[in-house]
Amino acid sequence: MPEKKTDLLTIHSALDAEQPFRWSAGRYRSRFMQEIRDHKRFYGIKCPKCGKVYVPPKRVCGPCFVEMDEPVEVGPEGEIMTFTILRFSFVDPETGVAKPVPYAYGAVKFDGADTQLSHFIEYEDESKLRIGGRVRAVFQEDRKGSIKDIRAFKLIE
Amino acid sequence: MERIAIVGVGQTKHEARKIQDSFADMVYEAVKMALEDAGMGVNQVDNVITTSNDFWDGRTISSMATGDVSGARGKNVSCVEGDGTFGAFYGMTRILSGSYGTTLVTAYSKGSESESPMITNAAFDPIYMRCLGLDLVTACALQARRYMKRYGITEEQMAMISVKNHLNALSNPNAHLGLKITVDDVMKSRKVSDPLKLLDCSPVSDGAACIILANEERARKITDKPVWVKGVSFCADAYLLGDRDLAECKALEKAARKAYGMAGIRDPRREIDVAEVYDAFTYQESMWTEGLGFCGPGEGGKLAVSGATAKGGDIPVNPSGGLLGAHPVIAGGLIRMVEAVRQIRGQAGAMQVKDNVKIALAHGVNGVCGQSHCVWLLGRNPN
Amino acid sequence: MARRTAIVATGQTYHKSIRRDVNGQELINEAVVRSLEDAQLTMDDIDGVIIGNMDHFEGINYVDCWSIDGSGGYMKPTMKLTTGGTTGATLAIAGYHMVASGMFDKLLVIGWEKNSESDTTGGIITCTDPIVERPIVAGAISGLACEAQAYMHKYGATPRDAARVSVRDHKHGCNNPHAHLRLDLTIEDVLHSPVLADPLRLHDMCPRTDGACAVIFACEGIAEKITSAPAWVLATANRHMFSDYSDVVQMASLLSMVEASKELWGKLGIKEPLKKVDVIEMYQPYSWAGMMWIEDMGLCKKGEGPRLIWDGVTDMGGELPINPSGGVICTNPIGATGLIRAAEIALQIQGKADKRQVPDVQLGVSTGFGGNWWTDMIAFGKKKPA
Repeated sequence: MPEKKTDLLTIHSALDAEQPFRWSAGRYRSRFMQEIRDHKRFYGIKCPKCGKVYVPPKRVCGPCFVEMDEPVEVGPEGEIMTFTILRFSFVDPETGVAKPVPYAYGAVKFDGADTQLSHFIEYEDESKLRIGGRVRAVFQEDRKGSIKDIRAFKLIE
Repeated sequence: MERIAIVGVGQTKHEARKIQDSFADMVYEAVKMALEDAGMGVNQVDNVITTSNDFWDGRTISSMATGDVSGARGKNVSCVEGDGTFGAFYGMTRILSGSYGTTLVTAYSKGSESESPMITNAAFDPIYMRCLGLDLVTACALQARRYMKRYGITEEQMAMISVKNHLNALSNPNAHLGLKITVDDVMKSRKVSDPLKLLDCSPVSDGAACIILANEERARKITDKPVWVKGVSFCADAYLLGDRDLAECKALEKAARKAYGMAGIRDPRREIDVAEVYDAFTYQESMWTEGLGFCGPGEGGKLAVSGATAKGGDIPVNPSGGLLGAHPVIAGGLIRMVEAVRQIRGQAGAMQVKDNVKIALAHGVNGVCGQSHCVWLLGRNPN
Repeated sequence: MARRTAIVATGQTYHKSIRRDVNGQELINEAVVRSLEDAQLTMDDIDGVIIGNMDHFEGINYVDCWSIDGSGGYMKPTMKLTTGGTTGATLAIAGYHMVASGMFDKLLVIGWEKNSESDTTGGIITCTDPIVERPIVAGAISGLACEAQAYMHKYGATPRDAARVSVRDHKHGCNNPHAHLRLDLTIEDVLHSPVLADPLRLHDMCPRTDGACAVIFACEGIAEKITSAPAWVLATANRHMFSDYSDVVQMASLLSMVEASKELWGKLGIKEPLKKVDVIEMYQPYSWAGMMWIEDMGLCKKGEGPRLIWDGVTDMGGELPINPSGGVICTNPIGATGLIRAAEIALQIQGKADKRQVPDVQLGVSTGFGGNWWTDMIAFGKKKPA
């Protein structure tokens, strides 16, 4: 190769475009989101062996390795199990836009559930956010059958 | 090599779009079936290998989705990204290492959930090749053209493979695309990428498969119909399409040679009773029958029209219908193993090639244009 | 027949934030060539190659096939494994099984990542379930931040405690010529760095890095011919135990670490790991984990992690040094990171760790972390196992 200094090139993907996907929610999660969309209700599923209630629902209890089919209504209120406040902004690859900071995000255990649903948490007074705080789901007006039909969980006191 | 057996197998029905199932739902079905087939409880599974591909799933760390339904809880587990035959190989070494007595291996893919040309385009080198818009079909068309020109193989000869495999798929309750067609139908089907026509190409399916491996001691406790691993090997060729002669499959030849050596096979055509090979396209079955030594170089076309590879022939190839009959990518090779196991056990139903299947071959491919091959020899007897 | 197996040689790149001077294949090849030099072997001596990275960071499908020129896998058995952050550890464990099985005598294991080639946060976010997680996720570190908050709430640990962990690793990293970040930080430096997500600050976090690591595994009979000090694999244990993030319930405790370490210590016959283990390279992606997960690993009781840290037990010169290489906080090419942990332990056992050498290492442990709060662990020993 000649001794000339080489420019270091960077090749950009032509598809900064997406690779479009159409994932199947499957029976269990389709039901879960339909209940949110149509009735603003939450459903978990109970394991016949260990009795654990899973939210979001799914077909198989991992530890017991058994199929579940008993729906259990949970919520609409719950408890903050843990949370954080995002202060550093980043571009969300789903939307291509950065969500304005600060905002809270955390794990919520619905009343009646044994697992935690992680979502955004809305608050007015940051000092009132705490582990153990009570929250209630807030819904979008226009619901489409997506987990985003829940706008966030709102701190209730 | 110590004796390893396959003691349980399962697969879903492979379909165009399994909209009612998530990845986990689909894999669970195959796992449940394999456990029932083996008469095993999940607690008798010592460790788990899942096989998946992040691109096809649209999910980084695709292995996250199917751990629980594969019985991974409380166990040591791992994941191979590549065809299921490679996952099965790793699963086997985890027994041979003395660490585990049984391994459960899954493989799955839902091709319906993405645009497959975009998924396979991502396999091409981002600096030199991706911008050309190549995908699996167009690249394989290059290979088909090169192979056919070099040896004077005709499109009509390749069409016979499509006729045979689609007909075989009619006998396969799990197949996606069983069809009764003629050479003329194939020749008249829509040209996808010259010389490949629609009926030369496998579909892209949704489906999952599962096998359970065991060492000899555990195998004999679990089942009275263990299917023994006689030989296995894998090998990868060069990557850039221009770095090798696409009309050759040296990696397959090397893997086959090694696997045959382990199994003590000297005359594959005569000693192998049935072969399930990775026919993503008609020309590939032809090439792989050459690479596997069922005929001489360039004779794949003649073999295809001779009737030798039909269900009743002397070297039946893909009595299940192969990938032309059903192609959940990633699971393709593992499904070949499932079908080979059924043949040996005499449980292949209408696909059964004959009563006394002693040695079966199962074959998987990873990468584009048959770059990387994995060859398994399975047998009824451990010796 | 099951055979004893050891790491006999390692090679790493000099990890940097952006390697504009090499493409991915060349990056891989740097590490491969170094490991072959370390072993005094050529590619012809190698029986097979396994390789791993996290796909969406470089956007390349079928990396085992793509990487042939760089990995040396041409006309050899080649395979890819990927399990997210745990990839490197997954690879090391696979290296062990593949060789111990008798199917390979000398296996090349490669972990690599060119994180600069894409948006790392975006890439990580695509690991979430697309149906119920991805549309409402809050970036790559929110899960870690939530974990730290839960720990703080339950056991009263403070950001100052976490900063002491960060200071330890950064100081250790200064001894490591391969490390990406070599900053001698103080506690105040960490506490004054910007808060990213409560309570995590910039200097609590790992960077993203371009780098590769290659390791050669060999079986007994051959390992001893390659090196006078093979790092023998004594035991492995892992748990990839949650498929859904909603199941990762106990945030103040890394359950997969609790289970995996119980299994590992059980296999080794160890009741007091703090006394028996000589060095640990822990996959610790942020400072808080350095307190929480050593408790879950059984080095001390829950809540006592900070005390161990402040007492200097885990510093160089302490009773059980952790991350003499500087760990993940100094260097994080994600697909390689878990393998670098194993490579660093091998170097410790071989006595080749230069300025970061812990004296007289008989037993070392490397870990991996990633996915849904998964853990992989590998124990290496100087003495050939019975």
